[in-house]
Amino acid sequence: MNRMSWPAKLGMNILAWLIAVLMFFPIFWLLLTSFKTNALAASRTPAFFFSPTIAGYVNAIVDNAYVHYLINSCISAIGSTLICMALAIPAAYSMVFRRSKYTDSTLLWMLSTKMLPPVGVLIPIYIVYKDLHLLDSVWGLVLIFAAMNLPIVVWLLYTYFKDIPEAIIEAADIDGASLLTKLVRILVPLTLPGLLSTGLLAVVLAWNEAFWAINLTNVHGATLAVFVSGFKSARGQYWASMSAASVLSVLPILIAGWFTQRQLVRGLTFGAVK
Amino acid sequence: MAIVQLKDICKQFDGGEANAVDHFDLTTRDGEFVVLVGPSGCGKTTTMRMIAGLEEISKGELWIGDRNVDGIPAKDRDIAMVFQSYALYPHMSVRENMAFSLKLKKRPKAEITKAVNDAAEILGIQNLLDRKPKALSGGQRQRVALGRAIVRQPQVFLMDEPLSNLDAKMRVEMRAEIVKLHRKLGVTTFYVTHDQVEAMTMGQRIVVMRDGYIQQIDAPNALYERPVNMFVAGFIGTPSMNFLKARVDDASQRLIGEGFSIAMEKAHETALANHLGREVWAGVRPEHLDLVTDANAGTTDNQLTGTVEVIEPLGAVTIVQVRVGEHIVTAELDSHTSLAMGDPAALTCDSHKLHLFDAASEKTLLETSDSGKRTTGDAKTTTA
Repeated sequence: MNRMSWPAKLGMNILAWLIAVLMFFPIFWLLLTSFKTNALAASRTPAFFFSPTIAGYVNAIVDNAYVHYLINSCISAIGSTLICMALAIPAAYSMVFRRSKYTDSTLLWMLSTKMLPPVGVLIPIYIVYKDLHLLDSVWGLVLIFAAMNLPIVVWLLYTYFKDIPEAIIEAADIDGASLLTKLVRILVPLTLPGLLSTGLLAVVLAWNEAFWAINLTNVHGATLAVFVSGFKSARGQYWASMSAASVLSVLPILIAGWFTQRQLVRGLTFGAVK
Repeated sequence: MAIVQLKDICKQFDGGEANAVDHFDLTTRDGEFVVLVGPSGCGKTTTMRMIAGLEEISKGELWIGDRNVDGIPAKDRDIAMVFQSYALYPHMSVRENMAFSLKLKKRPKAEITKAVNDAAEILGIQNLLDRKPKALSGGQRQRVALGRAIVRQPQVFLMDEPLSNLDAKMRVEMRAEIVKLHRKLGVTTFYVTHDQVEAMTMGQRIVVMRDGYIQQIDAPNALYERPVNMFVAGFIGTPSMNFLKARVDDASQRLIGEGFSIAMEKAHETALANHLGREVWAGVRPEHLDLVTDANAGTTDNQLTGTVEVIEPLGAVTIVQVRVGEHIVTAELDSHTSLAMGDPAALTCDSHKLHLFDAASEKTLLETSDSGKRTTGDAKTTTA
């Protein structure tokens, strides 16, 4: 790597910065707009220097009940992840340590369900939810998010569990461990980094989910995705308010990601180096 | 402690055609150290895993003590197993590793502490109790794995190639240690290895297996002195036994082949009564061959003559390979031998120590011990 000549190095640096700025700019612009007035945000000439206002944030938090949506987002993301993990850990365990000739095809089938466009099952799910009185309910979202993330979570846990030598599970068998003991006291502690990063991924996916949230909830069970899309009104776009709302909905997950990034990286490379 | 009985046990894997283990029949003595030995794929590990309850038995019965354990899960069989990879719990300290099974049995704390400390003392690992397996050397991990097995005071120990991940020096050390441990605890032990030296040095009885069949069950010396077939004869002992195709000459009462001629002993005459004029395999161990020198030339019979092909000085002895007719004969000679490669050489053998095998079935033509006769799988033993 050090053999590059200095013009090449400089070129690479400039290119890297260009790409970074290009990718970061929309987020930067979102943040900037969130501190503008709606009038300034709608103006045709882009403004980089202006006297900032938090009116957009006040509008989002006070007038539009941000906290209500925030709580729903937390419940749906964390709740669905917990259900997902509770189902996926035993599922992945049996796929790794109780293999049958159907295991591989089951795994593939599970993953293939992710290829189905969600809109294809929107009508049946909508009708089922209506009959079960789960429409506009955060618990309805918990269920659908858990189902949505299950294949990917099982798949990831499967790869983590596969790295655990079977002899360790057999040793636990002989030591007198029940199935639950093996899961809770051997497998989970051994794959904890992987479990945590998988859990985090499931939380992020549920948090960012918009399709089901917008179609199945309205007010009571609505998440931040519904909250943000609500700023798109018939009377026109309130860019500044919408930006503030967007920042507010991205912020919690960004902070969570910041605090867990070490864990996340460790989890994603877990097992790569023995 | 318990007697373990394997009654006509077979194992067939899903989709497998032949039995991985075929009609395995063995009753241990109480507190016996039984070694299962054979080349890889011979079914020795599968047999042990069936005893452990990690593998289902397809046919036959397995008794541990006075219980038929068929269908009883591994955790209720009162056995302990030492794995080739040690299989320690990486997230637990040595103490927790050893205490795990007792904790699961909800034994009182004081009892667990005492059991762990006692086991640690026996194995000399008291100072390692608070370390994680990662911070241990291979030999130390092996000790912890043994410790985890002995704290439970099981009826049967199962050891699956426990020394194969250790270096040569450590292996010899641990070999002796396991034997001592067995003598101290007196627990019936099954020990799987592919290493015949380990088998010979550790086993009170050795089960030699091939292709799922038991070839011979015997004490180490009996295996060495009275192998039932050419497989066992070649497998036990290093360097391996030499096999020479010889014609039984009726007139001279000798075994004759290209480059050699060996006088028949009285014992051979009865054994070879039905093979007069036909071919048999003669087996000679390298350590029973000697060089013919000027000093003993007049007094030696039974000569094998040829040219030296390879010389391997080992210090204490020198291993020499001599081409005798179509055979390469390995001889273990005095280290002071003055032979050089390409030299003509004459070897002499002690005909009392000669082994004779049927040319077709490869089974021994000599008397075997009682236990040695219990071999199965005739069809399998005919092919070399």
